[in-house]
Amino acid sequence: MEMGERAQQLGIPFSVHLDLTYRCNEKCVHCYLDHHDHGELTTAEIKNLLKEMAEAGVFILTLSGGEIFLRKDFFEILECARELTFCVKLKTNAVLIREEQAAKLSDLGVQSLQISIYSHRPEVHDVITKLPGSLKRSIAAIRLLKTQGLKVTIANVLMRTNMQDIYGVRALAEELGVECTLDPTVSPMLDGDRSILGLNTDESVLREVLHDQSFMPDVEEFCAPPAPVSEESMDAFPCSAGHNACYISPYGEFYPCVAFPLSCGNVRQQRFIDIWQNSEQLKEVRSIRLRDLSGCSQCLHGATCTRCPGMAFLEGNMRGPSTADCEKSYARTGIPSKNLLAKKDRPALPRLVQIQLVPAMVGGRLAGIGATAIPA
Amino acid sequence: MTKPLYVARSRRIAARKLGEEMLVMSAHGSTLFTLNPTAAILWQAADGATPLEEIVESKICSEYEVSPEEALRDAESLAQDLAKHGILLISEKPIAESSARNEGRL
Repeated sequence: MEMGERAQQLGIPFSVHLDLTYRCNEKCVHCYLDHHDHGELTTAEIKNLLKEMAEAGVFILTLSGGEIFLRKDFFEILECARELTFCVKLKTNAVLIREEQAAKLSDLGVQSLQISIYSHRPEVHDVITKLPGSLKRSIAAIRLLKTQGLKVTIANVLMRTNMQDIYGVRALAEELGVECTLDPTVSPMLDGDRSILGLNTDESVLREVLHDQSFMPDVEEFCAPPAPVSEESMDAFPCSAGHNACYISPYGEFYPCVAFPLSCGNVRQQRFIDIWQNSEQLKEVRSIRLRDLSGCSQCLHGATCTRCPGMAFLEGNMRGPSTADCEKSYARTGIPSKNLLAKKDRPALPRLVQIQLVPAMVGGRLAGIGATAIPA
Repeated sequence: MTKPLYVARSRRIAARKLGEEMLVMSAHGSTLFTLNPTAAILWQAADGATPLEEIVESKICSEYEVSPEEALRDAESLAQDLAKHGILLISEKPIAESSARNEGRL
């Protein structure tokens, strides 16, 4: 039996994603975080939390942010985590990693690092991160980490601005001797702001990527028409969020997952294990099965969809569909989901008032731009 | 008389108890080992200072119906196996904590 599954049976939080800070030296255009510091957990609070998590049975600890190396106590936290024998994974842009830091990470037995690279060209990557020189520094850090024998994965996100560079990033990863992943969609901001979703590529690009065997080794199976939804899959739960995994924010907020900002408690007020075992919100998340999902339970894609409950939650209903995943299912198979069909059938909201720009009148009385209401 | 054998847990591993089993992963590896309850007892007692024979007598023979000779044979075999994967250190001398931390980098 897979370890995560075994942990779930035992009610153990096998894997925790802990964001140490939301502050970042990069200001990526697609980032879902507010980078201001609203009162991060102190060193002592984090060390105490790590002890509580070790006692609760957490094995995999992902330290992320924001940029983790902006915390002056980062190595103190990492050392504490390794003393407690967590399997530590790091997510970073690596800009602040030099020889000394790379050696320390190796000495402390970090299991792996995921490093964000959005293009192999500085003129694209550095524009996305808004940090001049960031690509050069991240690549230099990857080389140092590889020299130390550390396992590195490049993480890329598909957007309009870098879609032409996905093969370039992969070639760069090959040259560096590291793995490479590609997230095909941008996530909405944690506060629900969906404006950054405009960075997503259109459906034709998404379809092309999802059908590319070099990205999807099992492309035939992955893009096959969905299998009928069985009774067994009706009882399946959507993902590990809240079941054997959870997320802690830099402010101690406890969520089922980083992408699922449903507050279940705060580790400043309650012990980690008490939230894990007793939170009403977590109990609700754990109770949801495919058969409980409005729409998705009757959808052809029900059993094979990558539906993210967090994305559904951010869309307004944790039992509802996640449109981004509906779009992925459509791009994979060419078969629209129930949700997409319903959206298509729904009449568009009639425009009651249209704002129209009125050109400045040359030599006239209206100098500048005005607005006028036009009946629909 | 054979020399005593000392065993120490590597410091470059990740480990956690999962139910009755112990999960162990070497720091830079991606292979996960699960130790059964008996192996877990031995692994947890591997402090680098107590001879393996003593660990077997006090922790294994006191709990299980097994002769000390047979238990020691099994324990030595397990220790060799774990050492091959870098998650346990074996020495004919007591193992200092600093060695357990720095092994593989010496």
